[in-house]
Amino acid sequence: MVALRDIVIAGLLLGGLYALVSVGMALQYGVARVLNVAHGEFIMVGAFLTFSLHINGHMNPLVTMAITGPTMFVIGFVLHKTLYRRLMKTAPNLEVFEGKSLLASFGLYYVVQNVARMIWGADIDGYTYLVSTVTAARIPLNRLVALAFVVGLSALFYVFLYLTRLGKAIRASAQDPTTAGMMGVNTDNVLAICFGIGLAMAAWSGSLLSIVYQSITTSMGLPYTVYAMIVVVLGGLGSITGALAGGMILGFVATIVQYFKPSLVMIAFYAIFVLLLIVRPKGLLGK
Amino acid sequence: MKTYKRTSIKFTPATYCVSAFLLAAVVFLAVFPVWYEGYWTTKLTEIMKFVTLSVAWVVFSAPTGYMSLATAAFFGVGFYLASALSGTVPFLAIIVIAGAAAFILALIVGALTLRLRGVYFCIFTFGLVLLISNVVRELERTLSGTRGRFVDTQPIEVVYWAVLGVCVLCILAAWLIRRSRHGLALTSIGQYEEAAAHSGINVVRTKVLVFAVSAIFMGMVGAVIATRRAYVDPTVAFHLDQSFLPVLMALFGGMLTLVGPVIGAVVFSLIKEELATKWPEMFQVIFGAILIFSILFLQNGIVGVAQQMWRLYRREGFTGIARAVDRGLRRGFAPAWRMLGGRRGGGDASA
Repeated sequence: MVALRDIVIAGLLLGGLYALVSVGMALQYGVARVLNVAHGEFIMVGAFLTFSLHINGHMNPLVTMAITGPTMFVIGFVLHKTLYRRLMKTAPNLEVFEGKSLLASFGLYYVVQNVARMIWGADIDGYTYLVSTVTAARIPLNRLVALAFVVGLSALFYVFLYLTRLGKAIRASAQDPTTAGMMGVNTDNVLAICFGIGLAMAAWSGSLLSIVYQSITTSMGLPYTVYAMIVVVLGGLGSITGALAGGMILGFVATIVQYFKPSLVMIAFYAIFVLLLIVRPKGLLGK
Repeated sequence: MKTYKRTSIKFTPATYCVSAFLLAAVVFLAVFPVWYEGYWTTKLTEIMKFVTLSVAWVVFSAPTGYMSLATAAFFGVGFYLASALSGTVPFLAIIVIAGAAAFILALIVGALTLRLRGVYFCIFTFGLVLLISNVVRELERTLSGTRGRFVDTQPIEVVYWAVLGVCVLCILAAWLIRRSRHGLALTSIGQYEEAAAHSGINVVRTKVLVFAVSAIFMGMVGAVIATRRAYVDPTVAFHLDQSFLPVLMALFGGMLTLVGPVIGAVVFSLIKEELATKWPEMFQVIFGAILIFSILFLQNGIVGVAQQMWRLYRREGFTGIARAVDRGLRRGFAPAWRMLGGRRGGGDASA
């Protein structure tokens, strides 16, 4: 029973992280139709921004999130306005745009990762914050705080998407950009905002990851890109609720496999990914 | 009813010149290591490896528009087989076995996944590379208790000739496929898959077959290159750069002709040779920036640009080229200009 309790708790904590890591990618693909393979790199940048602000600026890691998110939002907004918008205007149809934007994100992946490496080096960095454990299950406090933030951010995001005017515009653009445009939605801005929010989500999850794992490197991004891709495919490409659910599922899968045979975790991930794409490419929750 | 007739090659002075030039180039490359001893043999080996990979990639992905990132999987299978078999069978047999293994793997993968379209196919192939790499690592760890393998190295000249052979074979095959019925079928699939199916093309068979044939050369070149290293592990064998670099080279060179990927591969291998060891980060930043630039501005790669320039020069002389460059620059900077609050003539209401 103790094992089961530990698995459930660890699964929840890990699943929450995976969900936050993936929500940004799901939003970017769902609305802006950009499958951003540089997602993990922006997570890495978020983690390093927090690290730098904490070490050099002596800021509380949780407070740095007030800086990392908005900074990345601006970067994402500008990126979409310059790079992806141009691709969208020149592509003859959606499929071509998706292919081209995917390749462009591969270019971004190389640029972002290596610029970061020039700034922060290739070594492992890290700091400790809130490392004590609480309750009988010995839950690390930093993970608990991270989970609280995940839940909070997801709730906030949901409220934004479903109760605000801009959120409505985003959902409309996701369903049918042409009609949304005719109803007076400035789709160009909406898509850029979505891309920016995706990047802000990536930066926030990076900040939380740096608190939880205490060690960060400039090459940490790619695994998270892959996790996010698996989660996004699991939940149905582009579905926000799907991504939240998929993150939880993946977290539990990882914890269970970890419990029985730790070396098989990565294989289990990729096997799920590949099998899912063969059997049910629409995702578990896809229509 | 008109039957489909094979287009025959017209023997004009131009084709004679081109074939004579190509033959001379191949002969020159073949005898090169006999009288030359030095670093260029290694450099040329690397260049020809990438020429093979990007030409093989273009054979399938350019006409169909299916972005395959599985190059590293096929390359890695050949690479790893060569290390596993090294010392037991002759070098030539290893190359053939590696090609066959990549072919079979591509048949299976293709049959399973080529009904996926667009990004799905792309991320599937991406995941496939990671899956195979992890499975191989786990198998090595549990079954043979190692993290990698030692390889019997071959002398550089032998590797050079082997790569040259595979490279020539690959370009020849690519050229033949393009000219064949399958090539035409592939192009029509890329343009409109349903229409192609309705006009009697066996869509699935054509796609899977060409995909698998292109994988043969990736596997073969992997097996050859493996013998350049003394030690091989799954991380090296299935490195994702093997998937990305050929795509970049083909995009940069241009995918409408076979000259494009060759030029792209030559240019990039040279840049890589020069920069990768001295400033690895700088190289990768340049690499990513050029990738983005090519996608944004070079529709048909530098070969396309060269063709367009040539046409302009024939029609209007140097002034035509100057005007086109000016126009291109203005159009290129327009988004940045608009972001800064500038307005273009004509007025874009949503900007």
